[in-house]
Amino acid sequence: MFYREAGQFKSTYAADMAVFPIRQDRIGLAIILLIAFIGIPLIGNDFFITSVMIPFLVFSLAAIGLNILTGYTGLISLGTAAFMGVGAYACYKLTTAFPGVNIIVLILVSGLFSAAIGVLFGLPSLRIKGFYLAVATLAAQFFLQWAFVRVPWLFNYNASGAIEVPQRLLFGIPVTGASASPETRYFVCLCLVIVMTWFASNLVHGKIGRSWMAVRDMDIAAELMGIKLLNAKLLAFAVSSFYAGVAGAMMIFLWYGGGEAADVFNIRLSFNILFMVIIGGLGSLIGSFFGAAFIASLPTIMKFGLPALGVPMSGATAEHVTFMLVGALIIIFLIVEPHGLARLWQIGKQKLRTWPFPY
Amino acid sequence: MKTSHLMRATALGALLAAASVPAHAQDSIYVSNNAYRTGPFSGSGTPIGDGMRDYFAMINERDGGIGGVKINFEECETGYDTKKSIECYEQAKSKNTVIYSPWSTGATLAAIPRAHIDKIPILSMAYGLSASADGNVFPWVFNPPLTYWDGALIMVRHMANELGGMDKLKGKKLGLIHLDAPFGKEPIPVLENLAKKYGFEVKLYPVAAADMQNQGSLWLSIRRDRPDYLYNQGWGAMNPTAVKEAIKNNFPIAKLVGVWWAGGDDDARAGGAEAKGYKSLSFHQAGANFPVIQDIVKHVVDKGKSLAPKEKVGENLYNRGVYNSMLVAEAIRNAQTISGKKVVTGEDVRRGLETLNITDARLKELGMEGFAAPVKVACGDHNGHHKAYVAEWDGTKWTKASDWMEPLKDEVRPLIEANAKDYAEKAGNWPKRTEACEKSS
Repeated sequence: MFYREAGQFKSTYAADMAVFPIRQDRIGLAIILLIAFIGIPLIGNDFFITSVMIPFLVFSLAAIGLNILTGYTGLISLGTAAFMGVGAYACYKLTTAFPGVNIIVLILVSGLFSAAIGVLFGLPSLRIKGFYLAVATLAAQFFLQWAFVRVPWLFNYNASGAIEVPQRLLFGIPVTGASASPETRYFVCLCLVIVMTWFASNLVHGKIGRSWMAVRDMDIAAELMGIKLLNAKLLAFAVSSFYAGVAGAMMIFLWYGGGEAADVFNIRLSFNILFMVIIGGLGSLIGSFFGAAFIASLPTIMKFGLPALGVPMSGATAEHVTFMLVGALIIIFLIVEPHGLARLWQIGKQKLRTWPFPY
Repeated sequence: MKTSHLMRATALGALLAAASVPAHAQDSIYVSNNAYRTGPFSGSGTPIGDGMRDYFAMINERDGGIGGVKINFEECETGYDTKKSIECYEQAKSKNTVIYSPWSTGATLAAIPRAHIDKIPILSMAYGLSASADGNVFPWVFNPPLTYWDGALIMVRHMANELGGMDKLKGKKLGLIHLDAPFGKEPIPVLENLAKKYGFEVKLYPVAAADMQNQGSLWLSIRRDRPDYLYNQGWGAMNPTAVKEAIKNNFPIAKLVGVWWAGGDDDARAGGAEAKGYKSLSFHQAGANFPVIQDIVKHVVDKGKSLAPKEKVGENLYNRGVYNSMLVAEAIRNAQTISGKKVVTGEDVRRGLETLNITDARLKELGMEGFAAPVKVACGDHNGHHKAYVAEWDGTKWTKASDWMEPLKDEVRPLIEANAKDYAEKAGNWPKRTEACEKSS
């Protein structure tokens, strides 16, 4: 009834090929952005912003990164957390070496370091596929995590072995460091994620994205059609690691605010991001957001939300119940829709078009 | 379709808004505690959490709280995960906690830069950042009664005592089994300094966090190197594994000494009968034969209000939780005296911690005579570098196997000041201390 494109005529090819061809979708997107920019800072308190929204944004970006590699190009990676770590350490080294440079620029530049490392560890993907590639990227995870602990140069020889995030200003307002307000950090995260999602959307809908998908669907056929596998695969690794690196730098600088970073970027994080991509939907940008919300935010919301709503449980019980509920939900969602939450969303939209009179 | 999304978003917002209404109970003091009863460190975390919880439950039952104000003690489960610890910190902050007990080095490091802004004092009891003992740089962070550097010194002293003098250390080999993380690496600089000074050798045996229960190859190197003593800077599942491996590899168990965090009853029990003689540093006694533990049994455990089974009450790590809660309670009591308020804030408790002076007489009043050494914290010295002793596992329980040993404060203090200065410099515009020192203490 509400969601129907009847009467919306397209007079140009550009309009026909738009990412959001239906007016209701565009209005919906605008509403989401309004909520994100105005609603959440107004309604949400510090706890909600720092413990739910910022993690959600950081994980969304990391999931988009992995989705480019796994969902769009079909190369499985278990090294996402390590690539995130490269971004975080690169950003720390950069901001301590060049304290005057804008921190946002440095967060983005640290993604480039991560991209370079990603390309290096992506080289085996030219020869090996599937599970074997997963094992090869696992090597990246272990090696890089080992380096984070063992190369004291990376954390500036701090006695604590931890990254200490210094205060950096943007237009006179602290963005990083302990005195940065949650709202400021949230806005910076939000802007970065929106810009990078827009960029990713353009990438995957264009020539590059199509070459990735061709490689994913059948690499020999893609090669015969003139797609250079070397370029396509390494570019996927580079872009994916770039996103992961920026997410990692955001994680330490805008969310954690410093700490034992080597411990943060562990294999569990890699798996979690892989689960986000699988449950959210392989090859779908919106699925990355769904996956991040489901795997990262839902447990936090349940753990702290349920006791606050009067469900009498606390501490370890809340943790156990959260584990069980999230586990059950994962199974349910995978049974109902193995293609992820994004596919479920798609089906929902299709149903809504004929609602309330389905034929 | 968009309406459904909007509704979901609103519902989410409402849920979280409800989740975060600060519990402004005016007639109680909110104390949060990070606990880990889940995950690979739960073996160490559970008894500590029980001890912390039961002491406050006892204070509420027996005395009606502190100074007539009930303590609203709440645990937040972290699973020893830094991400969850940060969530717990935010939760504690939104509920106006008067103190933050991180219970992990990672959580402490993440909280240190925020403490002075959020006005929440951090008590990282004998863990965390050693340099934070410098109260002039870290007015909001406290780590009594001693640091890992003091622990390393006491370990060397213990070695010298057994060998018969500092001069006998020459040519000996000390192995350090440590978690390959900042926590585990803390004692290395001090041990290496001492090794140079006294002419012994330090061998490092790092254990990656992922391999805590898989130390086979590490012990092969230990067999090859044959160190005279082993010092274990471990935590969680790493400790029982080290004890088991030591026995399996015929390493003389009496020469294996753990840092105080390697002194869990379950850590030693893992070795079975042959673990008799395993040692660990400690700064409080184990056992239930103290009036304070008896009060806990009477008011909490026997009433079925404890999460710990009765036979676990009085175990080493349980008592460590009790000790930590005692420090918190004394700080709150102090804060009430200084500020003249009943319901104190984080700022008051910071002053309370800074003037903490638990004498022998006070320990006796608390029912802790002989339980621990006196603790005194000062404005510039947030640690105190207090005494510790070597505890020995007799097959069923931990016993005191040495006298109280004084760490060499003069050795450690310059290191602490240098490291604190380094931290402040690297953090960039680290605030100068503005909090005034208390006059009397």
